[in-house]
Amino acid sequence: MFLVPDAVVRFFHRMASPPHFYAFTEKLMPWLTGLFLLLIVPGLYGGLYLAPADYQQGDSYRIIYIHVPAAWMSLFIYVVMAVTGGIGLIWRIKLAEVVMISSASVGASFTFIALVTGSLWGKPMWGTWWVWDARLTSELILLFLYLGVIGLYGAIDDKRTASKAVAILALVGVVNIPIIHYSVEWWNTLHQGPTVTKMDKPSIHVSMLVPLLLMALAFKVYYIIAMILRARVELVQRERNSQWVKSLIAEEVVE
Amino acid sequence: MKPARKQRLILITLMVIGAGIATAFALKSFNDNLMYFFPPTDVVDGKAPKDALFRLGGMVIKGSVERPGDGMMVRFKLTDFKKEVTVEYTGILPDLFREGQGIVAHGRLSPQGVFIAEEVLAKHDENYMPPEVAGSLKKPEAPSAGKAQ
Repeated sequence: MFLVPDAVVRFFHRMASPPHFYAFTEKLMPWLTGLFLLLIVPGLYGGLYLAPADYQQGDSYRIIYIHVPAAWMSLFIYVVMAVTGGIGLIWRIKLAEVVMISSASVGASFTFIALVTGSLWGKPMWGTWWVWDARLTSELILLFLYLGVIGLYGAIDDKRTASKAVAILALVGVVNIPIIHYSVEWWNTLHQGPTVTKMDKPSIHVSMLVPLLLMALAFKVYYIIAMILRARVELVQRERNSQWVKSLIAEEVVE
Repeated sequence: MKPARKQRLILITLMVIGAGIATAFALKSFNDNLMYFFPPTDVVDGKAPKDALFRLGGMVIKGSVERPGDGMMVRFKLTDFKKEVTVEYTGILPDLFREGQGIVAHGRLSPQGVFIAEEVLAKHDENYMPPEVAGSLKKPEAPSAGKAQ
């Protein structure tokens, strides 16, 4: 590979081997869990207790600490899914396919959370649970894309074929991601414009922004944890006839 | 890179670009339908539908909110900082409705050019701050006109 240091290439080559991934993630898990707690506890405390009330919305705005990180994650995970799907298609790396499909249900959950929390906030603030504006509609389409990915994967028995089909669906659906992000700028929408992710200075007071960023990082770590847990199960299931899984089971039985 | 992989890479890149271009054209042709509301300028210029329900969005002009009867009817003016439209609405207004706030009204235009709203939604802006900060911002000058929605 060009422009990538050898050490990085070697790391990815080793990680792509299922037994190595399985052993490595087992050691990684306690660290990730610790990091998650380190982020979510101050994030929630800061967001729900320390941060001041908003000048217009009062305390109702605090749903931002769930809604916005969940919405960011719904986009981020979809991109991860499309990229790993592409890697799986081009290089036929089994682990990339496993990461792709293990991300789908986590992403679908975050999308669902973003839609529900937005709706709960919308009723008192906008005066309606739901409107068909560009932002809300494109985010709903994202949920359907996730559900499509999960459904398609389940519908095909041969998991390598299923991964290829799913990767193509994920890659085509990726056009929806910039649409969601820019929908509030390209069209008139009821949903407000971006607060943090814009070129300008964020339009949120720093005392409210810090917990929000902590929550965003916590959600990201949570995704990695959830994805790895699912990926390990998927991997063992797929490789159930291979030698390393058999010896793994033998070890478990002895213990 | 092996030729087979390179071919797959090119194929996938072309597929994503193709899907992107197709979507861009589709969105471009449906652009008007994707707009959630019309700004007051379009209404004054006669670009908004005459006999159909549509949505009108803009900022409530400061000092324009009045309650002519003793009922629930409220009348106010909406602006996009170019043109103004008078809106009449009977019902309960959302929490965030106030002067200087962006709103979206759903209704139809009367022959006199008054917008009769059946539903009023508040459009929140992207600014979040504690009350003290908002107070200190207002002191030096009235909050600037800001962006039209």
